[in-house]
Amino acid sequence: MALARRRFDALIIGAGGAGLNAAIQLAKTDARVAVVSKVFPTRSHTVAAQGGVNAALANVMPDNWHWHMFDTVKGSDYLGDQDAIEYMCREAIPTVYELEHNGVPFSRLDNGKIYQRPFGGMTQNFGGAQAARTCAAADRTGHAILHTLYQQNLRARTHFFDEYFAIDLIRDDEGAILGALVLEIETGEPLLIEAKATVLATGGCGQAFRTTSNAHINTGDGMAMALRAGVPLMDMEFFQFHPTGIAGRGMLITEGVRGEGGYLINKDGERFMERYAPNAKDLASRDVVSRAIVTEVKEGRGCGPNGDHVYLKLDHLGEEIISKRLPGIRESGRIFAGVDAAREPLPVFPTAHYAMGGIPTDRYGRVLAPVGTGEEIVPGLYAAGECACVSVHGGNRLGGNSLLDILVFGRAAGLDLLQHMESHHRPMDEASVDKAMARLERWDRKGEGLSVAELREAFRRCMEDHAGVFRTEEIMTEGVERLRELREQLSEVRLQDHSKVFNTARIEALELENIMACGMAIAVSALNRQESRGTHSRPDYPKRDDVNWMKHSLYLLDGDQLDYKPVQTKPLSVETFPPKERVY
Amino acid sequence: MKFIVSRFNPDSDSKPYMQTFEVEVRCGMMLRDALMEIKRQDESFAFRHSCGEGVCGSDGVNVNGTNRLACITPVAELKEPVEIRPFPGRPIIRELVVDMSQFYEQYKAVEPWLVRKDPMPEQEILQSPADRDKLDGLYECILCGCCSTACPSFWWNPEKFHGPQALLTAWRFLADSRDQATDRRLDELEEPYKLFRCHTIMNCVEVCPKGLNPTQAIGHIKHLMLKKAI
Repeated sequence: MALARRRFDALIIGAGGAGLNAAIQLAKTDARVAVVSKVFPTRSHTVAAQGGVNAALANVMPDNWHWHMFDTVKGSDYLGDQDAIEYMCREAIPTVYELEHNGVPFSRLDNGKIYQRPFGGMTQNFGGAQAARTCAAADRTGHAILHTLYQQNLRARTHFFDEYFAIDLIRDDEGAILGALVLEIETGEPLLIEAKATVLATGGCGQAFRTTSNAHINTGDGMAMALRAGVPLMDMEFFQFHPTGIAGRGMLITEGVRGEGGYLINKDGERFMERYAPNAKDLASRDVVSRAIVTEVKEGRGCGPNGDHVYLKLDHLGEEIISKRLPGIRESGRIFAGVDAAREPLPVFPTAHYAMGGIPTDRYGRVLAPVGTGEEIVPGLYAAGECACVSVHGGNRLGGNSLLDILVFGRAAGLDLLQHMESHHRPMDEASVDKAMARLERWDRKGEGLSVAELREAFRRCMEDHAGVFRTEEIMTEGVERLRELREQLSEVRLQDHSKVFNTARIEALELENIMACGMAIAVSALNRQESRGTHSRPDYPKRDDVNWMKHSLYLLDGDQLDYKPVQTKPLSVETFPPKERVY
Repeated sequence: MKFIVSRFNPDSDSKPYMQTFEVEVRCGMMLRDALMEIKRQDESFAFRHSCGEGVCGSDGVNVNGTNRLACITPVAELKEPVEIRPFPGRPIIRELVVDMSQFYEQYKAVEPWLVRKDPMPEQEILQSPADRDKLDGLYECILCGCCSTACPSFWWNPEKFHGPQALLTAWRFLADSRDQATDRRLDELEEPYKLFRCHTIMNCVEVCPKGLNPTQAIGHIKHLMLKKAI
């Protein structure tokens, strides 16, 4: 049967916050837009964001975007690009108002304005007193935002391809992206979507780790597609472990708990964060708190029969605050830890949470790839959200900046795409289509072999053991070798189910290839970076090294090669924040 | 623990049948973990799931006769053998995967978006905490479909009756002090089926995994209609 083909002006892959906010910009125009998502849009992982979105609205106390910018640069451990950070922090304010106008049910202050809570790493006056900058809808902010964006897209009649899985980007000899080959999950039929511009908004890759706050769907599909199209991944060694996942399970307990006044204790009942971050204490930046928890446990001060976690105490906040501001985490605590957080502390331990790295873009969402000694825009390709790396988070993302990132840069990509849309489609590159089809057909191979589940488990365990919170040369070298072995084994994997209709085994096989590509990018980039910065913590190189390492890593699939590029330290309109020692 | 699971693959089966799996239960295991274990034993077993923590709404299934979200259902709570079937009343695509398009159509039909006629202010539209509280118990819906597919009125008239989910959403916007389309929303519901096919059977309330109350929301809509008519 001939391959079915459809033509659109723009193709957006992924229907989380970034994809939907890009789509809304396009829906307001005559452009023909397709949004492809492997799940029904409101199942996207934006739905799980809890605490809130940062914007210097100054609803609770004095604030301005410049302070927010300082906190973000410092939080990034000076690896974030300051032009992009300035842009994001300025745009935050109109972005949140726009969300509110679109219907997001934000919690409110007595004067009717949007409620803002304190969050980690947020200060007034360039490192002074704690700020309250994180706009919240109770502890369900991501859910409230994602549903609202979907609703506004329904209103605008955006064209959705729900439950279509993107297999690969299609590119021509000049490196221009022409669209993507996708698979309709229900029928099992491939479809070629041609587009003048393609936006990758596929989210993160937390499924690379065994214990994660991320959903089953967070398999780095867009990142891996970019790699296969010859685009590098930037700063992949920087992977955030959220300090408070439910111990042993990984489900997220929002930083908002500590924002509302909760705190961590060890088995002696000590508020140990006072030792690690005398000023910010429990609201120090996430990398600092995660390291502190792991250190407490390693040094024998962990809680529980196995001493393998710490406690997050919030019962002192009282029923009213908990049911008003933190109802979702009370529910999660009850279901997954069997604990009523209004009465007892929650057992917590760091959980793999967020990729600071991703597909390199500029602040318009345009994807960049190295050419010669410089870099150039990849024609027809955009990326936004967690799959992208602008870079606004550098070595460590601050809580509340990820919803902000997806909204600001999803929108920026949509707007830029409209402005620069080519007048016609480039000719299709049939060789590239064949290559994408081969990726799909590879899974038709029959016979005995490894199962997807077996290899996936071995891979995720390897990542957890070798690319976790603390990383040494020895442990990572071993990890990269093991990952290479596992990658070899991919060719031995066989599906037993070759049916067409809603074949989730086939989807999981395609996802496994993607997530393993991301895992290798993380491990190789981590092994090479010989310093400690942000979340990348090397006991064998305990200091940050701005002379040699204040630069972005670029990992290329071809030969697992690494390249580097400088950090953009010059903001758009204000003075540079030069690197300083980072204390909280 | 014994799980009896509904199987159907249209490529090879003419109708659904039940198959038994034995799953080793661990402490704290959720039904979703058990379903993933079954998939490990037989990869051709298909079901939707994603977040694993009850917020994405993907993994609604019928367990021992009741619609529930697998990821927040502890297996320890379930009577053995555990019978797992797809949502009732929806066309089965494969195994536990059903076609939810009618459910989504009803959601879209209530125009689930905020309508504002006044010019937008430069900052946020103000809303008092008391007005915002009116949205609690409404906006948290995750579109899992447990309620509507447990509703006999929705089984009989899925094309005409909005069903509990869509009506909860309709009330979510009617209850929002910022929304300015009250008249239009109520007019749209003023016909025999969309709203009035609810016979307060209250299956929806019983099964909602988020503890929401669509029947009450439907009552509020009827009350508002009455108030407007007087």
